Amino acid sequence: MLNAARYAGQALFYAGFAAAIGLFASWPRYSQMPEGSAQIKLSFNHSGARVEDCRRLTAEELSKLPSAERRPSNCTRARLPVTVQLSIDGSPIYDAVLQPGGFSGDGQARAYEKFIVPAGKHVIEAKLRDSKRGEGFDYESRFEAELAPWQSLAIDFKAEQGGFLFR
Amino acid sequence: MDLLRRPLRYCFDAGERVMAFAFPANWNPLLNLGALGFFFYWIVTVSGIYVYIFFDTGVAKAFASVAYMSNEQWYAAGLMRSLHRYASDGLVAVMLLHIAREFSLDRYRGVRWFSWITGIPVLLFVYIAGISGYWLVWDKLAQYVAIVSTEWLDHLPFFGQPIARNFLSPDTLESRFFTLMIFMHIAVPLIALVVLWLHLQRVSKPRINPPMGLAIGTGLSLLALSAVHPALSQGAANLAEVPGRVGLDWFYLGAYPLLETLPGKATWSTAVALLIIMAAIPWLPPMKRQRPAVVDLANCNGCTRCMNDCPYSAITMQMRSDGLPFEGEAVVDPDLCVSCGICAGACPTATPFRRMSDLVPGIDLPDRSVAAIRTDAEAEGARITGPSRIMVFGCMNAGIAAATRAAGIGVVSLNCTGQLPPSFIDYVISRNLADGVLIAGCGENSCHNRFGARWTTERLAGGRDPYLRSRVPRERVVTVWAGRLGAAALAQEIAAFATRLELLGPFRPRPPASRAAARGEPANA
Repeated sequence: MLNAARYAGQALFYAGFAAAIGLFASWPRYSQMPEGSAQIKLSFNHSGARVEDCRRLTAEELSKLPSAERRPSNCTRARLPVTVQLSIDGSPIYDAVLQPGGFSGDGQARAYEKFIVPAGKHVIEAKLRDSKRGEGFDYESRFEAELAPWQSLAIDFKAEQGGFLFR
Repeated sequence: MDLLRRPLRYCFDAGERVMAFAFPANWNPLLNLGALGFFFYWIVTVSGIYVYIFFDTGVAKAFASVAYMSNEQWYAAGLMRSLHRYASDGLVAVMLLHIAREFSLDRYRGVRWFSWITGIPVLLFVYIAGISGYWLVWDKLAQYVAIVSTEWLDHLPFFGQPIARNFLSPDTLESRFFTLMIFMHIAVPLIALVVLWLHLQRVSKPRINPPMGLAIGTGLSLLALSAVHPALSQGAANLAEVPGRVGLDWFYLGAYPLLETLPGKATWSTAVALLIIMAAIPWLPPMKRQRPAVVDLANCNGCTRCMNDCPYSAITMQMRSDGLPFEGEAVVDPDLCVSCGICAGACPTATPFRRMSDLVPGIDLPDRSVAAIRTDAEAEGARITGPSRIMVFGCMNAGIAAATRAAGIGVVSLNCTGQLPPSFIDYVISRNLADGVLIAGCGENSCHNRFGARWTTERLAGGRDPYLRSRVPRERVVTVWAGRLGAAALAQEIAAFATRLELLGPFRPRPPASRAAARGEPANA
């Protein structure tokens, strides 16, 4: 009788152990965002223009340099910050001045932002300034999106492909 | 820290006692957490090797190959996949319990800092291995894990480009990523195994395999779980969508909702602070420990018993240095000694019958010497009265308190029950210091110093040197492995023992001739 009770106790433990593992291996379920929402993800790496323009070296300057170090122009490393604005349906949701990366400020400016919006039709406007101009933007894009629930719209930026990419 | 340890210890003690109703002492799951961890590790390894045969690395191929296992080959590869996952969860569960239990028992400070510190990277590696495994399936959960993990890593200023950009849209992910992840998923557990080897370096005779029965029970329960509730993918990953509601594995991913929602600086600061606190815990505050065991060469004959019984490999045998005609001598490494006194309990010269010279055994604790134990026993023996006088030798770690002391009950405190040389029992009874001896210690198989209860049991049963002499009437000796929560059980045992002793009457040593006859020897032998 005692042995039977012990075996029953062991069976209970093993069943409880397996149940606990099975249960918490996938429950409770977790949702990243509310039902009926969609996501817009803005992410890019982009270098602003140089703080100082490259200057062509004169023949005299070139002659003073060791032959292995002669190059046609002299460029400083530092880059300008990149200004980005993003608005949805006319309302600004992101306005940032992204500093260049690297210890010498010569790296790319980085953006990685996520926005949760209601699913449905939206007009997205993205603007970016990477030059010395004081006002206005070097790149502007307008995109109309019909976002389904759970959809994730990525906004990338590649200057060589013309600016903002919506995908 | 004590405020944290006490309730935890109470929970573990209570859990052990509940489990003890169902399991034999050496099967108790709470006493085999480390060994179960190893067992689950091997299940994960074997099932992982099998699953790897069918796994294909690639953006599209990874999900399809895993789906093939679960759908087409559910009876073999699918079962192995589930076992792989559930054993990994079991590994995390027993590992966390193991850490909490060692903390509650205060078995992480003093010389035990090494095992604690080397356990921290094992914990991290197990998590890294497990989380990287989730990426490989490349289902919606994998997508969630990959994005949250990389976004969290991107808060660090080390990466030139955000790693999370790899998961920006379907066309930004490359199959090479899976090659990297599979490498991590295999390499990290191997590194963890090396660190585990280090983790056990300062523990003698570590239990790395659970008892067969417990292994079969837990193994079968995981197998049954895999068959009844198989681990399945949660739909193919699609970077054009947010993975909706995902079934998180809370054993590995419990912190992910926090990583995702709280600011990166806060989560990284918390993680680093937790890591620093975990690493500093053995010195918060440092353990005030007794001085380590000391060898007295004049009384050490190099018998090796202390070395064999030491639970922490703190004693080694070296060439004799004093010219006495013995092969070796015991040497104590003070950095490894926990001052449990088990070595003194094993020393054949630690006999209280010695009167011609001072009671200085070959090895002893300066702060709780065998001589002091004899003095205490004699003082208690002189004090106690009644028809059934009991001398209790109690382990201080088991909380055998002075409250047990009564008119007919003497209590002598030990650092560990293993510190008591069996000759003390003979001494107490034959010198009429008490009518019976009761040894009370930690719960069976849960000795604070690992081997106190086990060595004591074996010594009394004649299975381990030094033996309890045959002339000692066994009916006058009782062991109680009740532990800290066993005060009621101990009181019951003492009461029952007192009744038995009263029926036995006072101890009258048999004359030598009768003892010899009992052993089957001629009287004049």
